Amino acid sequence: MASPSTSFPGEHPAKLVINDVSKSFTPSRVLVQALDNVSLTVAEGEFLCLIGPSGCGKSTLLDIIAGLTRPDSGRVLADGKLVEGPGRQRLVMFQESALFPWLDAYGNVMFGLKLRPDLTNRERHKIADYYLELVGLEKFKHAHVHELSGGMKQRVALARALAPDPQVLLMDEPFAALDALTRDQLYDDIQRIWMESRKTIVFVTHNVREAACLGDRVVLMSPSPGRIAEIFEVPLPRPRDINSPDLAGYAYRIAAALKGTLVEGAVSE
Amino acid sequence: MKRLIIAVLFFVVLFAVWDLAVRSGRWSAILLPSPVAVADYIWSALWDGTLIDAAWVTLKRLFIGYLAGVIIGLPLGLLTSTSQILEDTVGALALGLQTLPSVCWVPLALVWFGQTEGAMLFVVIMGTVWSVIIATDNGTRNIPPIYARAARTMGSEGFHKWTRVILPASLPFLVSGMKQGWAFAWRSLMAAEIYVTILTGFGLGHLLHYGRELNAMEQVIGVMIVIVLIGWLADRCLFSPWERFLHRRWGTNVKAS
Ligand SMILES: Nc1ncnc2c1ncn2[C@@H]1O[C@H](COP(=O)(O)OP(=O)(O)O)[C@@H](O)[C@H]1O
Ligand SMILES: [Mg+2]
Repeated sequence: MASPSTSFPGEHPAKLVINDVSKSFTPSRVLVQALDNVSLTVAEGEFLCLIGPSGCGKSTLLDIIAGLTRPDSGRVLADGKLVEGPGRQRLVMFQESALFPWLDAYGNVMFGLKLRPDLTNRERHKIADYYLELVGLEKFKHAHVHELSGGMKQRVALARALAPDPQVLLMDEPFAALDALTRDQLYDDIQRIWMESRKTIVFVTHNVREAACLGDRVVLMSPSPGRIAEIFEVPLPRPRDINSPDLAGYAYRIAAALKGTLVEGAVSE
Repeated sequence: MKRLIIAVLFFVVLFAVWDLAVRSGRWSAILLPSPVAVADYIWSALWDGTLIDAAWVTLKRLFIGYLAGVIIGLPLGLLTSTSQILEDTVGALALGLQTLPSVCWVPLALVWFGQTEGAMLFVVIMGTVWSVIIATDNGTRNIPPIYARAARTMGSEGFHKWTRVILPASLPFLVSGMKQGWAFAWRSLMAAEIYVTILTGFGLGHLLHYGRELNAMEQVIGVMIVIVLIGWLADRCLFSPWERFLHRRWGTNVKAS
């Protein structure tokens, strides 16, 4: 089966090339085809959203890009180089806060910085301060993880992922567990940060509006087996407001297609 | 505050019932001494130094044996949690031996070490080490895998990962394991002291044992009370506050004890 067009229109060079990646699991004797020949190119500086019903392989694909999981076949290239393991050029931000509870907010942001031998200690402290301020938590520098709200935790996690200056940021439903108000605020923040830093972002979500709000492109995946079903472009100006009517039109089309993948999935089973 | 009052009242009633039972005269004073006689014994034994000396001898053994047990058990538990082979061998051994009541080590200790300080330590270490291994192993296995994954993406590997991620992440479980190890060490030492008389030191267990030989029931019960108090204090002051603090901060809510 031919996959839909997967190249990003424009003059930007490819940052990530995902080439015929397949991955299956056998949790209990039944083989689960989490990813089936997925190919995708992500341009440098692009904000790409991956959307799909749960179980369609979004997290698996993100893990493979991160180098945390090995694909059964196919390969991932980052800057033209084969991804063979995790590397700090591609940092991950997880859905649940993966913050280390034995460190305070500052210590968490410093964790990745301390693993960069090219920095002096003074530089590390400056960078950590800068990113805590960027996410608006400079006052909570010495707060412990259990003292932070869900939204604050994810902000610290964002600062921790940004601080070592990765070129690619991989985000796995980072705002899914937050309330709507906190989320709306984080949409503004993440867009602002992205526009300033121009990182390449792959953002996994199952929220259609979120995808339309954040993505330059929205890649829709369908489950069992995990495949790319359709790719939407969202050429709206930024920063975007999640509640704007323009955005609603895009969200509607993506939602309709998403429903389609569910019906298909139900029939094929 | 209210809970404290209730607790105090409970113990007052308990002692009153005990006193009444003695006064009723149904049991001979040799079998059931009055609370006053027991308090008398504790008081005088405190002043003439027998209790302090015995407690000191016992606690010294306990600390040394316990420390050795933790120093041996912790790394072994970390190792069994990483290697399937070690888990199937050392881990299985620990699981089996942990079920063995520590008194069962006493005959072996006597044959191997004779009536020496070494026999005491051996029993305490055997009582401690297996439960520390198992608790450490469980603790490191129960770490949310997301910590290790996050650390890996940031470039933490090998030694750095172990010392900066795995160990701190499992700290609440390690402290729980050490608390359990302490309880086992305490029980095994008492068993050893009651069964084995050695000349190098006269511990609380011996005091208890000789109380029985002398038919001095107020001594037996008095020493028992001291043993309970020491165990209770160690738990309240050394382990439980730490354990609660760590579990709260780490967000690992295991039943607070
Ligand atoms: N480590 C694993 N072991 C077994 N099955 C897995 C594992 N990871 C993912 N899967 C399975 O692969 C499929 C895709 O999972 P995932 O990538 O997490 O989906 P999504 O993130 O889109 O919800 C699911 O059916 C899931 O059960
Ligand atoms: Mg997922």
